[in-house]
Amino acid sequence: MSNFETVIGLEVHVELKTKTKAFCGCANQFGSEPNTNTCPICLGHPGVLPILNHEAVDYAIKAALALNCEISRETKFDRKNYFYPDNPKAYQISQFDQPIGRNGYIEIEIDGEKKRIGVHRLHLEEDAGKLNHLEDGSGSLVDFNRVGTPLIEIVSEADMRDPKEAYAYLEKLKAIMQYIDVSDVKMEEGSLRCDANISIRPYGQTTFGTKTELKNLNSFTFVEKGLAYEERRQERVLLSGGEVVQETRRYNDATKTTTVMRGKEGSDDYRYFPEPDIIKLKIDQEWIDRIQAEIPELPDARQKRYVEELGLPEYDAMVLTQTKTMSDFFQAAVAEGADAKLVSNWLMGDVSAYLNSKYMTIDQVPMKAKDLAKLVKLIEKGTISSKIAKKVFKDLIEKGGDPEEIVKAKGLVQISDEGALRDMLAPILEANKQSMIDYKNGKDRALGFLVGQVMKQTHGKANPKMVNKIILDEVNKL
Amino acid sequence: MMSRINEDQVKYVANLARLSFTDQEIKTFTTQLDDIIGFAEQLNELDTQGIEPTTHVLDMYNVMREDVVEPSLPREEALKNAPVQEDGQVKVPLIMEAD
Amino acid sequence: MPLFEEGLVSLSQKLHNKEIKASDLVDEAFTRIHEVDGDVQAFLTLNEEAARSEAKALDENGTADNEILSGMPIGLKDNMVTKGLKTTCSSHILENYDPLYNATVVEKVNAQKAITIGKLNMDEFAMGSSTETSFFAKTKNPWDLQRVPGGSSGGSAAAVAAGEVLFALGTDTGGSIRQPSAFCGVVGMKPTYGRVSRYGLVAFASSLDQAGPITRTVEDNAYLLETIAGLDRHDSTSADVAVPHYAAALTGDIKGLRVAVPKEYLGEGIDESVKANIRAAIKQLESLGAVVDEVSLPHSKYAVPAYYIIASSEASANLARFDGVRYGVRAETNDLIEMYKKSRSEGFGDEVKRRIMLGTFALSSGYYDAYYKKAQQVRTLIKQDFEKVFKDHDIIVGPTTPTTAFKIGENIDDPLTMYANDLLTIPVNLAGIPAISLPCGLANGLPVGLQMIGRPFGEETLYRAAHAYEQTAGFTLTPAKGAMSK
Repeated sequence: MSNFETVIGLEVHVELKTKTKAFCGCANQFGSEPNTNTCPICLGHPGVLPILNHEAVDYAIKAALALNCEISRETKFDRKNYFYPDNPKAYQISQFDQPIGRNGYIEIEIDGEKKRIGVHRLHLEEDAGKLNHLEDGSGSLVDFNRVGTPLIEIVSEADMRDPKEAYAYLEKLKAIMQYIDVSDVKMEEGSLRCDANISIRPYGQTTFGTKTELKNLNSFTFVEKGLAYEERRQERVLLSGGEVVQETRRYNDATKTTTVMRGKEGSDDYRYFPEPDIIKLKIDQEWIDRIQAEIPELPDARQKRYVEELGLPEYDAMVLTQTKTMSDFFQAAVAEGADAKLVSNWLMGDVSAYLNSKYMTIDQVPMKAKDLAKLVKLIEKGTISSKIAKKVFKDLIEKGGDPEEIVKAKGLVQISDEGALRDMLAPILEANKQSMIDYKNGKDRALGFLVGQVMKQTHGKANPKMVNKIILDEVNKL
Repeated sequence: MMSRINEDQVKYVANLARLSFTDQEIKTFTTQLDDIIGFAEQLNELDTQGIEPTTHVLDMYNVMREDVVEPSLPREEALKNAPVQEDGQVKVPLIMEAD
Repeated sequence: MPLFEEGLVSLSQKLHNKEIKASDLVDEAFTRIHEVDGDVQAFLTLNEEAARSEAKALDENGTADNEILSGMPIGLKDNMVTKGLKTTCSSHILENYDPLYNATVVEKVNAQKAITIGKLNMDEFAMGSSTETSFFAKTKNPWDLQRVPGGSSGGSAAAVAAGEVLFALGTDTGGSIRQPSAFCGVVGMKPTYGRVSRYGLVAFASSLDQAGPITRTVEDNAYLLETIAGLDRHDSTSADVAVPHYAAALTGDIKGLRVAVPKEYLGEGIDESVKANIRAAIKQLESLGAVVDEVSLPHSKYAVPAYYIIASSEASANLARFDGVRYGVRAETNDLIEMYKKSRSEGFGDEVKRRIMLGTFALSSGYYDAYYKKAQQVRTLIKQDFEKVFKDHDIIVGPTTPTTAFKIGENIDDPLTMYANDLLTIPVNLAGIPAISLPCGLANGLPVGLQMIGRPFGEETLYRAAHAYEQTAGFTLTPAKGAMSK
């Protein structure tokens, strides 16, 4: 057990998925050929002026509301000045002292314990371009397609005390952004990016220790690992009598360590001042109400409802609501009349296993929610056994379709007709007479063997309950 | 008279502005900027406590555009003024990323 | 008599009636340019081939009734981006810049089929009051070639005064339309901030910049402003205020017009000869029925320092994009930071660097509140001064400049003296209100400018007053022929 308490704060950038860029009409599109989504405005040519995208502001307000922020009734944009080849105007249009949202929070849950992590501020700004460094060292190439993509920067309070909390915070933040549908939140495409600040202090100390900033955190796992490494590194430094240096460090997953990044020269004096080209914003109650009305039920609320109304265990409810797609799928299946817990079992079990093995999400497979619901109902009604259901499922998730049709086409319908079953069982039981006798003499295991024999010979189609009953009847007759 | 700005400050500001000067130019700029800043300090004669700064003279707000895509430039046009380009991108001297 | 002396309305009528051809107007422009521009050096780039073919097309197809500017030769200040016509801002850094689009004001004059004769010299990035900071040429005052034409729109004012174009467009951040108009004896209007779109004007100080017309007469000015004014979806700061037919305001009737004369505008630092002309002009207005009062604009003297902080701060950011990456001059080096520094240091002239340095300093960590914020607060006080006066006055009248045109080289090494030249024009930009400068006679053979300042969007009143004065002042200003070689 360490003598130090860890203090973590996260700065997350989320690209908004508006149709166009923040300040010009160029398409906001990932993956285009370099420099094909540009115009004089985003290229920062002489004489151009930015025109604010209404949708970007709406999305930022929506995100702020979903993170429980207070909305600034009057806000403005500022210029953040720094030279860099991916920053065409040599200033970024951002928000300095009047962010759109302030004082929000995100609720996380670790091992069943709930905790609120404060959201210090949320503001709207524009993204920079992309630099590609040439292997031969002859220079770097600049692609300006991403310049001007609307971004929200979400700065947490330094409320996290463990790298695991940082991970949970990011998961929840990502889920919320998905639910309100303002971003793709794909870390691999850069539509969600995270920098982390971490410091440690002796337990009981109220002031913060010197922090370091971690960059190049390309996945939530890297965030957690990078922070965990940094936690240990700072501790070693302090225990050896050294001092933590305030610096920016980069996480390297190959070595699982962090190393010092050389700072951009003189880049910390950004000379913010109000952007004279953009008129101030007044956000009135009507505007806020309109956006509020567009916010769907968020993960926390759904989780609560799944437990209270659908009777799901807390854990199921939490897992199912982690992504909006999964949660939507679950709800749609339940709406078809399938039993909630059975649907949950399928989703958390076979469905998740399949998705994980294929690196897919639930919306990418041919199986629709109503199909899974039907499958569950077929089991409930006894039309098919759980065992048969697994066979049907394989077809269903790979190719889609009506489970009933699949069952029929494959001849998998469960045989529950007592007369028919008695006829089918008679020769099997006759052939296994010794087991019947063993069972009657108290060898319980013999029953399982008998049922297994029946299932084998009926290709699993026999209704197991019925089979049990018939066997017991026949044993009693001995 | 006490100077308001010294050569080190001028060098710091020059670096922020990405300008380079000879030693002689630094001296000249230090003198001139000092004069201009001294001149600007007349403003301190005025008590401006509680006065809202004017950033926009117009009393307007909420000027925005709809989120509708407009055509972008053909790449050749977008890059035609670029001093150095390669593979449809603008080339700049190598940026040293820290490792 | 040169055609341009007839004025827009007469020329337009004649063109429409086919008494003259657009080619005649364009011919006159280029003939005059070839005669005098070797001396005056108003133009940086000529658009001769395109201009002649546009004129030819107009002569073949005729002009429409609603296009009064059709066929009229116009000059554009070289900070207005023109697609296919290089735009330099008189800076080495943009020496070969080929714009990708047209400024809104350019689109508007093009839509009316005015004919662009060429791009006009200016102070580098509009920073200066004499056009001496241009990297390419020193424009001369057509009235006296030893003297500056004023600035920063010196090329625009000189070209109109020398009869090289019928009219021109300039931009005004602290007096850059009005001061050269005063020095060259022409009419220049700085409209209300937001009246004219700034889209495509290479930004100097975004919260102060405004484009406007420079013409020989008040009437021409009114027509040209009507053409370029109006809401523009490319400029968030352009105002959604209907554009009047300004020429309709030129009634000649200013009876009862309440004119304020600020005592600060006829006080210390203003040449006696200038004051004399202004006093005479005020008498003239009184004789036309205007009611004249002396008033005070107590914060006037703080306008120049506040302006230099605000304008330079905004400029330091606006000019940061000239970094040698996407366009403009780039210095060859293998180091990125070095590339920035060399490109910018070689690309910008001293005055531009001085202002970038001042602005960067004023915004830098620890100084923002003391300089930038303070200046913006003083700006509020200056704006309030005007608001008070306009409660009971329609216009404010005074000189445009403290002196007449000064000699080339006289002030260029003394920034503070140069800046003081703008003390009567700068407060107007800080307050965002309109003002016109028009000739009010000569002092020692050089034109004196009368400045009339109006309420926000009060351009009509200014035109009415300026026109009434112009029509009764009883002089016409044509630069002495001898000043320029044949």
